Amino acid sequence: MSNLSLRGLSKTYAGQIHAVQGLDLEVAQGEFLSLLGPSGCGKTTTLQMVAGFIPPTEGSVVVEGRDMTRVAPEKRDMGVVFQSYALFPHMSVAQNVGFGLEMRKVKKSELQDRIDEALSMVRLSGLEDRYPRELSGGQRQRVAIARALAIRPKVLLLDEPMSNLDAKLRSEMHVELRALQRRLGITAILVTHDQVEAMTMSDRIAVMSNGCIAQLGSPIEVYDKPASEFALRFLGHANIIAGGISSRDGRNAVIHVGSIEFTADIGGHSDGADVKLFIRPERLRICSADKGVAKGRVVASLFLGGFWIFEIESEIGKLRATLQNLGTVQPCEGDEVGITWNAADLRVVAHETANA
Amino acid sequence: MLKTGKRLNGAPWLLSLPALALFVGLLAVPLALTGILSFHAYDGMRGMESALSMRHYVEILTDGYYYELFLRTGLMSLGVTVICMVIGVPETLILSKMRPAWQGTFFVVILGPLLISVIVRTLGWSILLSRHGMVNSILLGLGVVERPVQLLYSMTGIVIVLTHVLLPFMIIAVWSTLQRLDNQAPNAARSLGAGQFTTYWRIVLPQLMPGILSGSIIVFTLSASAFATPALIGGRRVKVVTTAIYDEFLNSLNWPLGAAIAVLLLVGIVAVVVGSNRLAERRFKQVFS
Repeated sequence: MSNLSLRGLSKTYAGQIHAVQGLDLEVAQGEFLSLLGPSGCGKTTTLQMVAGFIPPTEGSVVVEGRDMTRVAPEKRDMGVVFQSYALFPHMSVAQNVGFGLEMRKVKKSELQDRIDEALSMVRLSGLEDRYPRELSGGQRQRVAIARALAIRPKVLLLDEPMSNLDAKLRSEMHVELRALQRRLGITAILVTHDQVEAMTMSDRIAVMSNGCIAQLGSPIEVYDKPASEFALRFLGHANIIAGGISSRDGRNAVIHVGSIEFTADIGGHSDGADVKLFIRPERLRICSADKGVAKGRVVASLFLGGFWIFEIESEIGKLRATLQNLGTVQPCEGDEVGITWNAADLRVVAHETANA
Repeated sequence: MLKTGKRLNGAPWLLSLPALALFVGLLAVPLALTGILSFHAYDGMRGMESALSMRHYVEILTDGYYYELFLRTGLMSLGVTVICMVIGVPETLILSKMRPAWQGTFFVVILGPLLISVIVRTLGWSILLSRHGMVNSILLGLGVVERPVQLLYSMTGIVIVLTHVLLPFMIIAVWSTLQRLDNQAPNAARSLGAGQFTTYWRIVLPQLMPGILSGSIIVFTLSASAFATPALIGGRRVKVVTTAIYDEFLNSLNWPLGAAIAVLLLVGIVAVVVGSNRLAERRFKQVFS
């Protein structure tokens, strides 16, 4: 049974700006779901409606079978971690974490234990008497998480909680927060524009665009089988190849781009002379110039330690390829190279849904 | 870049010269002169003498009349400050919740008193507050009072009028602090189970303390040193320190005594301001940063 359901949730401002349009979403108990999208796609508005800070124009928020749409935020039992952390600067760490418990009239004897428990969950024991401004960014975030978890909420809502952390700390927190969420078995919704964050932490990702869900699925599904060009471009990099169909035999077709011809599985592609295909950079292979499907010239090579990124100006358009750094000889900028791939890795770009 | 930087080295001094001249000429020098004046001896027959003495200070500090005068002024300023706080803080919170278009309109309304000349505004109030004025007619009409209330030439009247003109200072000070607050903090408090009132009382208000304090200091200082309002609304019946100074200077012609009272008023105001500042900073250490 789902723990949280959003049914036809909509928010319209001033009668014409549709921030969120008829969102339907079922989140299972203990599931970690990310709302991923660019700024202005309605993901934060959705979270705010779930938390009760913004009343929806239409639709409902149901938690454990109970309609919460008209319930005040203080009665929803939801833990929220804000982008700015929103710690109370005039209260110590212990007072911040204890605030929700105090509001719940937790007994004095139990209060201290619950604060200690929450702080040890985020590995901040010993900092009880510090004040927020005496803490580092990472510590503040941990306090914010502890404060949200201390009330043992039904749902944990995370509003871009990592965006103020540096890259290294961020990836550490991804792992840590995910582990904590699993251990507690708490339902969590994360709002983010960072696809890496969404993919590393989530059970499922809802890619949002213009107030709608463009695609909903596991990170692997969303990355490997993007439902639209939008989802495709938003998650990772994709080489898009536009070509004409020379001949077609069921699913398989011969595609031409200029004078280059190759075959591809275009199953699902409706009739038409032109087709858009995509291939991820890590699925492209570089070989000697005379052996590839297409020829190209390396215009940029970037070394990122674990792998290389090559920008290639080719006969079928500008391509990006990534290669793992396995110690083999790599082409240099200006080199003529051949490009090849496994036919199965070249896929048809799904048609945009009507409102995405 | 370095070269131009060096050449301009004298520029900051040069640029601050007009302000500095104004400050020294119009504040530091008159203040020092007033200080010196207060130590001059005075004789009822011969006027001011060049001999120096502490007599005026001794006179003021040993005379109960002056204690009463200072106490009355202090209580009046405190009253105005507290009323401005009680009205101003909620008003600012309401203002911050308004739509931008309404905010602009209400800011003009709030700042209105500052746009009107003190004489016009005070005379306007004295018409409203007089025995047959609008305020009394309304109170009588509603049956709140049986006989007209003495508002003009009373402390009540002074406090009403001072509050009216000084409220904008409180609102502006609180407003600027409010703008710096994390606007998600109230939402955080709500999500943790605090109702709207508790959120304001426990989360918003403590963080507004720096603004409330600076607003209070401005309001207190301006009330204690206000002259036109107590003079016109209080008349001869309610005397405060500033009107007493005026009387010494222009009626008794005892300039040194007037100067001594003025110096003590300044010392008193500075003491109250510094004292309350210290107290508040210690009490709300974490929000003053």
